[in-house]
Amino acid sequence: MSKTRQAYVRPLDIKYGQVEMAHGAGGRAMAQLIDELFARYLGNEFLAQGDDGAQLPAVGEGRLVMATDAHVVSPLFFPGGDIGSLSVHGTLNDVAVMGARPLWLSAAFIIEEGFKLADLARIVQSMASAAKAAGVPVVTGDTKVVERGKGDGVFITTTGIGVVAPGMELSGRSARPGDAILLSGTLGDHGMAIMAVRESLGFESPIVSDSAALHGLIAAMRASGAELHVLRDPTRGGLATTLNEIARQSGVGMMLQEKALPVNPAVAAACEFLGLDPLYVANEGKLVAICAERDAEMLLAAMRAHPLGVQAAIIGRVHADPHHFVQMTTGFGGKRIVDWLSGEQLPRIC
Amino acid sequence: MCLAIPAQVVELREDDSAIVELAGVRKEISLVLVDNVAIGDYVIVHVGYALNKLDPDEAAKTLALFAEIGQLGDDPMVH
Amino acid sequence: MKYIDEFRDGEVAQKLAIAIRREAQAGRRYHFMEFCGGHTHAISRYGVADLLPDNVKMIHGPGCPVCVLPIGRIDQAIRLALAQGVILCTYGDCLRVPASDGLSLLKAKAQGADVRMVYSSADAVALAQKNPGRQVVFFAIGFETTTPPTAVAIRQAAAHGLKNFSVLCCHVLTPSAIASILESPEVRQWGTVQLDGFIGPAHVSTIIGSRPYEFFAEEYRKPVVIAGFEPLDVMQAIRMLIRQVNEGRAEVENEFSRAVDRNGNLKAQQLVGEIFEMRKNFEWRGLNVLPYSALRIRDQFAEFDAEKRFDLTYEPVPDHKACECGAILRGVKRPQDCKLFGTVCTPENPIGSCMVSSEGACAAHYTYGRYKDV
Repeated sequence: MSKTRQAYVRPLDIKYGQVEMAHGAGGRAMAQLIDELFARYLGNEFLAQGDDGAQLPAVGEGRLVMATDAHVVSPLFFPGGDIGSLSVHGTLNDVAVMGARPLWLSAAFIIEEGFKLADLARIVQSMASAAKAAGVPVVTGDTKVVERGKGDGVFITTTGIGVVAPGMELSGRSARPGDAILLSGTLGDHGMAIMAVRESLGFESPIVSDSAALHGLIAAMRASGAELHVLRDPTRGGLATTLNEIARQSGVGMMLQEKALPVNPAVAAACEFLGLDPLYVANEGKLVAICAERDAEMLLAAMRAHPLGVQAAIIGRVHADPHHFVQMTTGFGGKRIVDWLSGEQLPRIC
Repeated sequence: MCLAIPAQVVELREDDSAIVELAGVRKEISLVLVDNVAIGDYVIVHVGYALNKLDPDEAAKTLALFAEIGQLGDDPMVH
Repeated sequence: MKYIDEFRDGEVAQKLAIAIRREAQAGRRYHFMEFCGGHTHAISRYGVADLLPDNVKMIHGPGCPVCVLPIGRIDQAIRLALAQGVILCTYGDCLRVPASDGLSLLKAKAQGADVRMVYSSADAVALAQKNPGRQVVFFAIGFETTTPPTAVAIRQAAAHGLKNFSVLCCHVLTPSAIASILESPEVRQWGTVQLDGFIGPAHVSTIIGSRPYEFFAEEYRKPVVIAGFEPLDVMQAIRMLIRQVNEGRAEVENEFSRAVDRNGNLKAQQLVGEIFEMRKNFEWRGLNVLPYSALRIRDQFAEFDAEKRFDLTYEPVPDHKACECGAILRGVKRPQDCKLFGTVCTPENPIGSCMVSSEGACAAHYTYGRYKDV
């Protein structure tokens, strides 16, 4: 990023202006956009270095963890968040579930020509708040602008780096038969909040996205002393997809109890209307934790004591299964499997 | 082709439409296929239309039947 | 959720399971067909079969409108979207059904066709109003539950004088499908498929009432119990069927009395009769050509008939040679009996429509129950 020259430059019209091709061209207009919008809200010592990349201090003992996520959510603004806060929380969570303490974020923007500066400012401010609340700065970034019609408003890619102390690494391969499976809270809030604001489906609801940074909850869980084997945040594809992934990675099977799954009544109702299954609906602020059986109650207590884990529950158990099925005892008493999601979950009428 | 759910009518609107509610989720639907719907009634909703009203007395009777570990031949629901 | 949760109560289910176990006579086998795809889905999703005694078995019937929709009809919809540039509106269920040339509506969309998923037929009419310069076609599938909403859409379009809205009508009729099962040689002549009774569809019956099933009970001496949509409804209906079989009765009973009566929704029936009439013949996937089994738009509303507006011809397309959807739809084979099941044919890569619709017997078994096969 280069500094603008100290001559009089008319400030960006954040209220009524639009993003133009020049803002991505690498010249004066782009520098102005960065100064008056991105750096203004995201400002920190690293961004202030003003170079193309950020120079970061060495991290001492432990391994580095890096995660990246592209965000293409539509609509951009929804109850409980927006693409900005989502892009911060999502990547922070990817880093944190590996057992790492998140340290730095980068953010790359692809913006469509004509996008309102007011909306961009709102998104960037939202990112800044989320980053600040999490204590993780956005240290470097990039901006590109594409012609009108070639982008969907804005796409944001964030990358996060964290450090995990030796011996504290977590992976999806470590679930063992006998382990307990815990969930930090209600299913499907994010996905249904998004569905509610998609015009074509036309329903109103009090559902709010659960988008949140989870590393604080994770720290509390580690501090409890429970023997944690796997941590993951179930995003797209829902809890079902995440559990099937872990089952496959670890080479085990699982048995869930449907009655134990926390679901907000409004989310359950919205799913009924649309013929969707909450097990497959996206979350953005929830954790699945697999731990040694004897530590389950202790871990549950630690989760419930944290604001993001108030409705945490033990939802099942890991067992040996060469087929790696995730099975469930339904609330009704019968059994079924909770399979991988196939294709996209489309609302049913049948 | 059966995904239809019972929901309560909470508001009546012009043009034969209504707002139904289920556990806090509200949706606008059409009443054009049913007559005499009042606020508080439950209707069966399918693809944005109410198909029929739900009869609360019959619902209660049905639930009672489930609970009955009855004798053969005492089922009253034969048409 | 009122009128939903009480009908899914696990404790009541256990008691009903005990009652069923007591009433089913040991040494006797009971085979009941649940006609409606919604019931197939409920049985699989809640694991109802686990609560039934071993001598009571459920056979999945053809009441899944996506499953009985012939490939040739989807081809028509795809051609309209790709070649004629219409805005093709469809319910979500149809989007992934595999058709000819490796296409589906979803794949056609990826190729540039303007295919839009709608939740309601009214959305399609609204699209036509908002896009006066484009032709909008609504792909109307479904049994009698979904037909009245299509009728309303056509009536609305007529009232608004819309010139750019039409319907590709593939609505089918439940009694015809039931008749074809009962007339099939496996049931009627050879007795290779033992069929002791039917669970009648829930929401179709709110529209048509319980009266149309009386013919089947009398003519074929098979009991019919109309069941609500929830798993407790299904179990109670099974219990009622077992009783009828034990007592040698063949009657129509109504478990779903909270929403169904003998006459059905006359207002809806009347509206349907205004707009539609029966086709002489219609091809059903897996059940071949059945007479008076489907609807088409009456001449007075011809301008809303996509088949007339776009001069469409229907070309039957045979199923994959090894695909057993036909036999599965008639209840003659189970998903596990099909060589393609779970190997080549999966929900990710469906060969036949029984796999692509979540109510199809194959998809339901694969998604919820295949752990029992291994």
